[in-house]
Amino acid sequence: MDNFELINALVLISNFVLIPALSYGSQLALATLSLTIIYGVLRFSNFAQADWMSFGTMTTILFTWYLQSLGITGGFLPTALIALPFAIIVTALFCLLIDRSVYSFYRKKKSPPIVLMIVSVGVMFILQAIVRFVIGPNDRKFFDGEKFIVHALDFKDYFGLSEGLTIKSTQLITLIVAIIAMVSLFYFLQRTKMGKSMRAYSNNEDLALLSGINPERVVLITWVIASALITTAGVLYGLDKSFKPFTYFNLLLPMFAAAIVGGIGSPIGAVIGGYVIAFSEITLTYAYKKFFIYLLPESLEPSGLMQILSTDYKFAISFIILVIVLIVRPTGIVRGKII
Amino acid sequence: MTDDLRAPLAFTFMGILLTIVGFTQSWSVSLSIINLCIISSIMAIGVNLQWGYGGLFNAGVMGFTALGGLTAVLVSYDPVYEAWDKAGIGILISAIILILSITLILFAYRNISSPQFRNTSIILIIIVAILGINNFYGPSIDIIESINPAKTGFLGGLGLPIVFSWVIAAFVAGLVAWVIGRLTLRLRSDYLAIATLGISEIVIAIVKHEDWLSRGVKNVSGLDRPVPYEIELQQSEWFINLVERINYGTLDSLQTVSSRQDLLNDLIIVSSGVFVKLCYAGLFLSVLLLIFYLSHLALNSPWGRMLRAIRDNEEAASAMGKNIFAQHLQIFIIGSAIIGIAGAMLTTLDGQFTPGSYRPLRFTFIIWLMVIVGGSGNNLGSIFGGFFVWFIWIEAEPLSIGFMNLLASGFEYDNPIRMHLLGSAAHLRLFIMGLLLLLALRFMPRGVIPERIQKK
Repeated sequence: MDNFELINALVLISNFVLIPALSYGSQLALATLSLTIIYGVLRFSNFAQADWMSFGTMTTILFTWYLQSLGITGGFLPTALIALPFAIIVTALFCLLIDRSVYSFYRKKKSPPIVLMIVSVGVMFILQAIVRFVIGPNDRKFFDGEKFIVHALDFKDYFGLSEGLTIKSTQLITLIVAIIAMVSLFYFLQRTKMGKSMRAYSNNEDLALLSGINPERVVLITWVIASALITTAGVLYGLDKSFKPFTYFNLLLPMFAAAIVGGIGSPIGAVIGGYVIAFSEITLTYAYKKFFIYLLPESLEPSGLMQILSTDYKFAISFIILVIVLIVRPTGIVRGKII
Repeated sequence: MTDDLRAPLAFTFMGILLTIVGFTQSWSVSLSIINLCIISSIMAIGVNLQWGYGGLFNAGVMGFTALGGLTAVLVSYDPVYEAWDKAGIGILISAIILILSITLILFAYRNISSPQFRNTSIILIIIVAILGINNFYGPSIDIIESINPAKTGFLGGLGLPIVFSWVIAAFVAGLVAWVIGRLTLRLRSDYLAIATLGISEIVIAIVKHEDWLSRGVKNVSGLDRPVPYEIELQQSEWFINLVERINYGTLDSLQTVSSRQDLLNDLIIVSSGVFVKLCYAGLFLSVLLLIFYLSHLALNSPWGRMLRAIRDNEEAASAMGKNIFAQHLQIFIIGSAIIGIAGAMLTTLDGQFTPGSYRPLRFTFIIWLMVIVGGSGNNLGSIFGGFFVWFIWIEAEPLSIGFMNLLASGFEYDNPIRMHLLGSAAHLRLFIMGLLLLLALRFMPRGVIPERIQKK
């Protein structure tokens, strides 16, 4: 019986902590990668990042509706995955339009990063207005297809445990898509000529120019890649939970925290930071009462919820980690760049 | 146009806009816009001191505003004695444990040299503190929140006049700014922006969810008022006489006594509202002028020159022996304190504290827009920015509804496109704000009333 208790506790933890944190972390890692690439190459903190994510997700939703109206669905996969490439193209084109009409002016003038950051606040307003104008401020679910891979009840029956394990298909999709996206991104950055020139440009603009790298091309590719990453992150997050512009806006702080914790400007750091923030958010706000009931003898059972922080303070966690990192190691876990 | 003429022209333009609202909508509307304009201007001055003079990007204006609002509640609301009697001790003990543990952690961090021993002791202190606080804190807040939850359910405040809170808010906001500044001002400018963005979210999370402190999303209403109530005015002799004297001509032209009395009653009700708003405007205006005057004095002193020198060239100022970090910290604290004052004033004007209404767009980024449109580095510019942007923010709504009606006029009444257009009119104002910011940055980067370059 004791063995079962242990297995039950482990299943409980993986069901409520490990699996959700893994999928949220992957979504956050993708979004942070986008933020950090913009930071590394274009050298500013993009405050419009979260609303850009809303924009990408909104475009995907619109394409999904269109595909559904044509009768095209993804079968057991969500239709949004088919819509995603189209949405990425639209989002990237829109970003390039914004870059041409807004950002490029300041880039040519060599404005300090803080001016570009304020400009991005203006872009944030406009993106927010567009998203709310087109799709409205309300909650939208756009998930279709098979919902679960492992169902809690089936799991319980099969293994004869009292705790069930649920794996939502979105969680598996998130993980697979995130791994594909990250591997191809790192391959691109490390192995291809364009990726190398991007890194060179990010490292030292003047030297890169001297060695014949076309800056406009680097900027263009950066926007396209960052759009692809942020749209994917937004769609995965929306499939897993739901799409609401305000919730997306609130992801801005975790994104920044993840970027700084990992080391801003460093892609590896962004991935690590994303998972660190996601795991801490979920492990610190989970109520461990049931977990300890399984593990401890009855006399020692806890009376409270055994929750370290109430779920109301999810934001606070990313911030506290941010502060600790700023004090202890301001360059982040992987030494990021300092501009 | 010479720079000297810009300020008078800008303010005349603003005056004309507000007068137009007074005549076309009503004077009451115009006055409420003015009141919020004044508060916005004070916030804009706070941000301008930090950005325009100090070069610091504070993205947490919302947090300092909310701290000011919370202070207004905690200073002016009557204490809930029952809650203090039953659970005050628990809260006090938790607070003492919290302060003690922070002091111990700081002590350990500074004085223990072996890193292993230091880290283990810090973690131990944190664990002990969490256990200790949980022991007292949880039960106490349950008791506090169960005492008459429909009306109070929190500890209440000090029961002092609300105007005191304006001063105390400055200290509270300044204290928080000191902590954040100590942590982040040594780092790059982006970090300050992100850290302040974070702290403002935390402040909002605390006032929203710590019901024992602020009643959370249940809001605190019925706050003390520094000006008379409309209903008292309507019953007082002198006010009736005053209204009668001002409107003597109109009243006299009426024939019957009863119609005369009816008109007088209507006039008294309208004028009492206007009078209250005028009182607020007077109070706020004096605070604005005081802050403007003091910052004017400070910024034209050697201290102000040093600040601008640091902003323009940190290395050179540092080479001249100026302590950049200390100066940044000073200006950050002062600016945040001013924002705190404005936050307390805002809550005073509303007469209630609604944590749910604090949104970063409204309270952080709009204030930024004011500073940039008005002219960073010039307090007069910030005042104009506060008036102008707030005016646009308010009037954007009727304007965008009108615009949408125009767009939708071609459709039939129940056409879905028409419904969608009308339903999303409110979001157009975000667009207007964003466009205003981008246009200002592109074509008028120095703002409407630019910083004066002082020449000897």
